[in-house]
Amino acid sequence: MSTIDTLTPVLTDDWDAEQSWKLATYESRGGYEALRTALGMAPDDIVAAVKDSGLRGRGGAGFPTGMKWSFIPQDNPKPKYLVVNADESEPGTCKDTPLMMASPHTLVEGVIISSFAIRANHAFIYIRGEILHVIRRVQAAVAEAYAAGHLGKDIHGSGYDLDVVVHAGAGAYICGEETALLEGLEGRRGQPRLRPPFPAVAGLYASPTVINNVESIASVPSIISHGAEWFASMGTEKSKGYGIFSVSGHVERPGQYEAPLGITLRELLEMSGGVRHGHRLKFWTPGGSSTPLLTDEHLDVPLDFEGVAGVGSMLGTRALQVFDETTCVVRAVLRWTEFYKHESCGKCTPCREGTWWLVQTLAALERGEGSEADLDLLLDQCDNILGRSFCALGDGATSPISSSIQFFRDEYLAHLTHGGCPFDPAASTAWAGSLTGAAK
Amino acid sequence: MTTTPDKTGVELVSVTIDGIQVDVPKDTLVIRAAEQVGVQVPRFCDHPLLAPVGACRQCLVDVPDAGNGRGFPKPQAACTLPVAPGMVVNTQVTSEVADKAQQGVMEFLLINHPLDCPVCDKGGECPLQNQAMSNGRGESRFVGSGAGGVKRTFPKPINLSPQVLLDRERCIVCQRCTRFAAEIPGDPFIALVERGAQQQIGIAENAPFLSYFSGNTIQICPVGALTSESYRFRSRPFDLVSSPSVGEHDACGSAIRVDHRRGKVMRRLSGDDPEVNEEWITDKDRFAFTYATEADRITYPQVRDTDGSLRPASWIEAFAVAARGLREAGGVGVLAGGRLTAEDAFAYSTFARVALGTNDIDFRARPHSAEEAEFLAAHVVTTGPEAGAVTYADLESASTVVLVGLEPEDEAGAVFLRLRKAALHHGTRVLALAPYTTRGLGKMNGTLVPTAPGEEPAAVAGLLGTEHGLDARSVVMVGERLATVPGALTAVADLVAKTGARLAWVPRRAGDRGALEAGCLPGLLPGGRPVADAAARVDAAASWGVDTLPDTPGRNGDAIVAAVLAGELGGLVVGGVDPLDTTDPAATRAAVEQASFVVALDLRASDVTRAADVVLPVAPVTDKAGSFVNWEGRVRSFERILANPASLPDSRVLAGIAEELGRPLGFRTVEDVRAQMAEMGPWDGPRATMTPVEPVADTARPGEGLRLASWKQMIDNGTMLAGDKHLAATARPAVARVARAVHDACGPMVTVTGDRGSVTLPSEVAPDLVDDTVWLPASSTGRGLLADLASPGSRVTVTGGNA
Repeated sequence: MSTIDTLTPVLTDDWDAEQSWKLATYESRGGYEALRTALGMAPDDIVAAVKDSGLRGRGGAGFPTGMKWSFIPQDNPKPKYLVVNADESEPGTCKDTPLMMASPHTLVEGVIISSFAIRANHAFIYIRGEILHVIRRVQAAVAEAYAAGHLGKDIHGSGYDLDVVVHAGAGAYICGEETALLEGLEGRRGQPRLRPPFPAVAGLYASPTVINNVESIASVPSIISHGAEWFASMGTEKSKGYGIFSVSGHVERPGQYEAPLGITLRELLEMSGGVRHGHRLKFWTPGGSSTPLLTDEHLDVPLDFEGVAGVGSMLGTRALQVFDETTCVVRAVLRWTEFYKHESCGKCTPCREGTWWLVQTLAALERGEGSEADLDLLLDQCDNILGRSFCALGDGATSPISSSIQFFRDEYLAHLTHGGCPFDPAASTAWAGSLTGAAK
Repeated sequence: MTTTPDKTGVELVSVTIDGIQVDVPKDTLVIRAAEQVGVQVPRFCDHPLLAPVGACRQCLVDVPDAGNGRGFPKPQAACTLPVAPGMVVNTQVTSEVADKAQQGVMEFLLINHPLDCPVCDKGGECPLQNQAMSNGRGESRFVGSGAGGVKRTFPKPINLSPQVLLDRERCIVCQRCTRFAAEIPGDPFIALVERGAQQQIGIAENAPFLSYFSGNTIQICPVGALTSESYRFRSRPFDLVSSPSVGEHDACGSAIRVDHRRGKVMRRLSGDDPEVNEEWITDKDRFAFTYATEADRITYPQVRDTDGSLRPASWIEAFAVAARGLREAGGVGVLAGGRLTAEDAFAYSTFARVALGTNDIDFRARPHSAEEAEFLAAHVVTTGPEAGAVTYADLESASTVVLVGLEPEDEAGAVFLRLRKAALHHGTRVLALAPYTTRGLGKMNGTLVPTAPGEEPAAVAGLLGTEHGLDARSVVMVGERLATVPGALTAVADLVAKTGARLAWVPRRAGDRGALEAGCLPGLLPGGRPVADAAARVDAAASWGVDTLPDTPGRNGDAIVAAVLAGELGGLVVGGVDPLDTTDPAATRAAVEQASFVVALDLRASDVTRAADVVLPVAPVTDKAGSFVNWEGRVRSFERILANPASLPDSRVLAGIAEELGRPLGFRTVEDVRAQMAEMGPWDGPRATMTPVEPVADTARPGEGLRLASWKQMIDNGTMLAGDKHLAATARPAVARVARAVHDACGPMVTVTGDRGSVTLPSEVAPDLVDDTVWLPASSTGRGLLADLASPGSRVTVTGGNA
């Protein structure tokens, strides 16, 4: 039986503090202590600590962070760069935005320690352009950090210099793809780059570059403060540590639940008050719309990289969107697919043209038009996109479609026999109860 | 289309493609390795001369072993994947996965592509059409899916430039055009805009795709998205006959392909010659061919009637009248012009010596000098790639290339592209002795050695200093403009002698080098035989089958004009020379008027033909076989493309006159000429030597006007650009480039005044323009600077435009 004790608030620990985003608040609760520790360490020892902690990338792919850092060729005479990917745009994913809102200094401190570790004197925080309030808050935090001597020349007498640039994106989901992000940061059109060369060798301005997710970097101060063993003591064998689980949708108390990796949706639902009163779980995404859907069969799947992969999906960004039985899966999938069509950068054929076609086929099915053969056509279109597109955006676009047909083929067919959507779209809304007057 | 790797000494990698083992050079891309085993993987974005991009995904192949024992879980783009030792690749030929992946991508490409092949210019030669047949499904699933597929549409074509049009519906955004523009000429005026299925090629507001090389994008477009105003809707590819030829607009010798139908040229494309122009040509070589079908084309011989008018005549009569007139003229000079084929030039050279008995012949229809003639005889004639002269490929391996009196982007497009490639990819350093940093120089990552007009001798001598580090791996490329600067070519000869650097002379016109080889100079017989060398004269006379040849060096072009005006010469034979191009247009025009007898051989009516006593039409390059000798000394031969019995090469016309003179040239056909040239061959005796010329000190006092710098822009008022208004509209606007102080003092419009007149045009600041200098395009205004503004080397003044 899981309780609130299951939670491990580290990144979210300060969120309830008065003016949690202020430097004074952060420092009063031990902030920037890790920085002082780190500046007294050899950079390689920081890399080793992060490696030993088992921290894996929190942006979705789960690549070991310390290993990524160790790929930076230190004999390369070019400058090294740290780039923080804060272009959080995936439907359902909402962890970095509240983190930067509530505790931007956690990120800034992580940026300084990480840059020090990889010997970068310039770091960039690339924030999704639409979230202006977050951009302002991180800018303010960086300014505070400069004023306090945490940034700039000769930080705390260590001889180490670091400048941080907060960069606002221009509104493109594709720029969450790390090489497209670099293109955007360089002032070019945001489209993914050919790899190799990989960013660790030739990234920003063709120089060695580490690109990490906000949450990965924000986790670094805690590893320095409490040690790699402390971090590795949480989580599961290959998925160490804690992470923010963003529970949204048809639950009683949606929100950010920071817990060790390996927690299950069942436990998270218990903490969040369960599925919307009077309803039951129908399907959910483990890590945003690009991760294949799961159903109530998967309530006890451990939410770590291996556990979710084991059931054919991906842990992704731990964006748990919960849908109850009032939701039409065809409708939900169509909305996501429209998103991918809108966000396809256009560079490669399968994603550009495929999403254009997928939307048309799905939209017809939702209207009850087309035939059962269109389901197989949809799956074949997905097969021709998955693994054929230039970057993972195309792959992600197929996930909700193939997984929903796998689990809810009958519901698709019901649209055809019903001559349209058999669901009442209002019933799935947050205000459904007030509209109908029904008691909760 | 793809070059076969043939370099020896390159590390080879062994891979297995469709079960066939093949050794290919390290770093070869799988798509090209597959070609080595005879497998064509379908592709759109891939182009062997552009950097890989992997955008279209059409070339997906299965790689069960990347060479490390592990395969790729997903199909890989063959156009971005380099081979690795032991790699195993299965293409669509042997892999169902690859075949399905390719068919899937093809299906996607077609869903938003308008199937308007029946009215599309590309239909019949379209990679999308062809590969949809070879690697696609016969029926579309798109139209039958869901509620019936709805294609994305765009308004039909938009202009990227006055010449290049874009049909966005047809575009598959492979980025070949944008990559070409950015990578090859460095003119990134087209770029991707919008995203997803709305992604399209676009231009910035008020910044059309004005590149001298824009037409190449049309040729490499794998669909019918890019078309030219000049060609669109004119013909179907399968109705065209394609003939290889050679560009006649500059000295590059670019391989071109002429597509014609029923005796009419419909369009021209770039040929594929890796040693010369690779797969690129200038827009001038591509679009400027309508000059030959202009209304003023001369189609029959004419003679001056007793009433003073020109009347039609038969060839027989015209030959007879010409012969009689030349015999009685009392000394004849021959102005051969710079647009001749080498064979025709040889005919002029033979005609002068054998039929007229004179060395008064010059091909240089431009300002020239005796120093230049000696320089060419001593250092340029009979050199060529087979004899170790500088080649295009040498530019890529050169440590430094020095440009003197040469602006390659305007004057030799293929040289510009190769120099840019050399600078960007092979580390070649480009130094330009020029009055300011041109856009072209910037695109070659070049360095300006600021040189005012007239100061070239000192600037060239200055390169001897160690800081420039010229050595045997350096190349010095000199342009024809240096002829106007006394001592400049002397200094160049000295520079290459002292540094060991190699020399290349790059004239503007296609016929200049061939005419040099053919001996269309007062001091030079064919094959580099010096007139002053008795043995060389005997050798040439023997080959020509005559007893003796005139033994004194003749008059050069300027001297011929002067001699006519002085009454020392009575007759002129003029081969397509425009007086406006000559050192003194007024004098040349006066000489043509004043000469007692003028024979004009020309394609189109001109001031010379209007004043001539006999006008003989000659064939344009399409109507005759011939050769251009390019700046390398490479002989670029081409065959007759259009059969036009009324259109005779200059050589046949001159042979007809010579026969009437009773002194036959020994040839009538181009084949005869070629045989005669081969028989005579190059001179194996001692080369002529050059008498050094001292530079002329600049005697102007400060404030006595500005030095005039100038050259011809590629697209200007040249007669061979006539007839294509769309091409003309892509010309760079005529502006005067001035120092900031001049701009501030005179305003945005300036009037430049010299000893021959004034030119008013907009001014633009050239920030690093050398002091006391103004630059104007030579032939983009009025009648050109030589007629309208100033004599070569003189000073000009600049005033406010409305003054």
